Amino acid sequence: MKNKLAKFTKQQLFLPVVCVLLVLAVNMIYDISQGNPFYNFFQISLTNGVLQGRLVNILNRGSEVAILAIGMTLVVSASAGTDISVGSVMSLCASFCCMLVAGYGVSSVADASEFAMPLIVGLLGALVMGCICGAFNGALVAYLDIQPMVATLILWSAARAIGLLLCNNLIVYVRVPEFAVYGGYIGPVPTPLIIAAICVVVVSVVLKKTAMGMYIQSVGINKRSSRIAGLNSRRIIFLCYLICGLCAGIAGIVNASRITSADSNNIGLNMELDAILAVALGGNSLGGGKFNLAGSIIGAYTIQAITTTMYNLGVSTAVNPVFKAVIVIAIVAIQSRPLQNAVRKLRSRGKEVQA
Amino acid sequence: MSKTNAAKPANALKEKRKINGNTLLLLITIVLFVLLYLLGFLLANLGVIGNGFTRFQTFLNILINNAGLICVACGMTCVMLTGGIDISVGSLIALDCMFLAWGMAQGINAIVMCLLVLLIGLVFGLVQGFCVGYLDIQPFIVTMAGMFFGRGMTAVISTDQLSITAETSQLFYDWANAKILLPEFLGYVNNKGKLQVPYIRVGVLVALVVLILIFLMLRYTKFGRSLYAVGGSEQSASMMGLDVKRTKLKAYVLSSFLCSVGGICFCLNTMSGSVSQATGLEMSAISSAVIGGTLLTGGVGNVIGSFFGVLINGTISSIIQFQGKLASSWPNILTAILLCFFIVLQSIFAKIKERNK
Repeated sequence: MKNKLAKFTKQQLFLPVVCVLLVLAVNMIYDISQGNPFYNFFQISLTNGVLQGRLVNILNRGSEVAILAIGMTLVVSASAGTDISVGSVMSLCASFCCMLVAGYGVSSVADASEFAMPLIVGLLGALVMGCICGAFNGALVAYLDIQPMVATLILWSAARAIGLLLCNNLIVYVRVPEFAVYGGYIGPVPTPLIIAAICVVVVSVVLKKTAMGMYIQSVGINKRSSRIAGLNSRRIIFLCYLICGLCAGIAGIVNASRITSADSNNIGLNMELDAILAVALGGNSLGGGKFNLAGSIIGAYTIQAITTTMYNLGVSTAVNPVFKAVIVIAIVAIQSRPLQNAVRKLRSRGKEVQA
Repeated sequence: MSKTNAAKPANALKEKRKINGNTLLLLITIVLFVLLYLLGFLLANLGVIGNGFTRFQTFLNILINNAGLICVACGMTCVMLTGGIDISVGSLIALDCMFLAWGMAQGINAIVMCLLVLLIGLVFGLVQGFCVGYLDIQPFIVTMAGMFFGRGMTAVISTDQLSITAETSQLFYDWANAKILLPEFLGYVNNKGKLQVPYIRVGVLVALVVLILIFLMLRYTKFGRSLYAVGGSEQSASMMGLDVKRTKLKAYVLSSFLCSVGGICFCLNTMSGSVSQATGLEMSAISSAVIGGTLLTGGVGNVIGSFFGVLINGTISSIIQFQGKLASSWPNILTAILLCFFIVLQSIFAKIKERNK
């Protein structure tokens, strides 16, 4: 029994799942204390033809971070570093998309007939822009051997500013149903959730069906020996950054569509931190190597669940980070080796006393 | 510099080459700053930017505006020397400013408040340093949590913008408005025929003292040398008998403490506290240090370089301000281009070094 428990707690998904359960427990206790039925959290209703409820809300709102977390997981695994530019790149892609669609210098589009270019050009443009940013980061990291954080620092500060320039320092509104659908609903289901699901499925199928997943892990574990074994380590790292950029592009479109505008200053603000947090929460080592995509996705939605729970408990938006900080520290401290060693030592001493 | 690589056994020839590479980076930074400033002069003479740029006071204003950042960059350099990073500084400054503004609104003496702010910095650094040094958690994650925490605590104190006026604290108000006049021959006569004597503010003095102290500390004290040793190679440092954990802890305490000093300088400029204050300041500090030749891998760097990094950033935004028409996002883009230039330069140096091995 004890062995089984130990084995269970060593599973990589143990931590994220425990976090989710904790959040659920807090929600339930709160609901009961408010006199509501305990299943209030899970209640899903169909209002105005769309799904509503706290759970749906979390799944909907957490999609951007989930999409970013996919790319971030690969980057962390392959290069043992983080891409801190994703939030800014999101904003740049959103601005580029809206700029293409609305035309330069136009601040508001209310109807599809006013489009300067077809919507599909804007969307593809945003994705290409994401890829370019990813390729830039990837080239610096993979081919010039620059540490990931420093290399991505460049776009972190530049991308948002370039986005502002593209939009002529305006907030470009595209209040058109065709555009709003990517952050809205298809039928009763929130579109961001569908997009996130598609991204997860595509990436995991590619990773499983080709040897890509294994390659990435082996490069992350030891770059040199992978190269000697015949892998093109540099190209694999480059590809990971490219995918991360693409994910940022997709997340940018979703976010811009959700608010039907390209607000360069606010889209993706601090999102890179959430994405990194999601990867860490998912039980992935930030030191590279083995990764678990499912863990990162659960981590991403856990973060959103924590945020939504805070709102439900009546904690103000601005105070929210305090709790986030405490949770982050608690999680990483539990995982830290020195603390685990200390606990083990204490436990074994206890046994000796019993004996 | 010569002791920088004490942790790595290397023959004298290699050592010499290494020193050259590192001092060369510092030299390039300084030359670039001078060139940039001359470019500003040229543009001012051509009439592209306002004529005010050529005044000596403009240079002093760059110092005045960036006094807080200089302190923060010094602390950041120390942390980066150990191979770590501290991204909590921006929110810690916001917390400091808010705490100062709130405390003075309650009628507490300015000196007491400043001491309390420094205490906050010490405690903040102690917790972060403990997590990084003794719990062995990645610095980025720890200080990210610190960043959230600082910003959140600022909001706990108040979500409104609090300002410090002469009524709330006469003493602090006097400090903020004190002009330290420089010798008269540096001044110029304005169009009304009055002699304008250039001045600096209290914050600049504090920043310069911090800069000199940290420079001396890094060069001559045991702690300063062990920062380089830990950053060069943790394993070798511990084999040499250095307490790596303790050194790291001290580095983070120093960073947060200097950040609080910077926070007071910052508050002297803004005279207010608000939740969104100093957002992105951590990246300015990091980019200043990187432009100044500090490597994020640790072991290489100098506060003088970081100082010039801050000045370069300040000059860019100053030139853009004097131009008047360019969008406010240009300083960001230009800094990023510079950053890119320096990072690629560093990597090329590193590659050459590797090839020579």
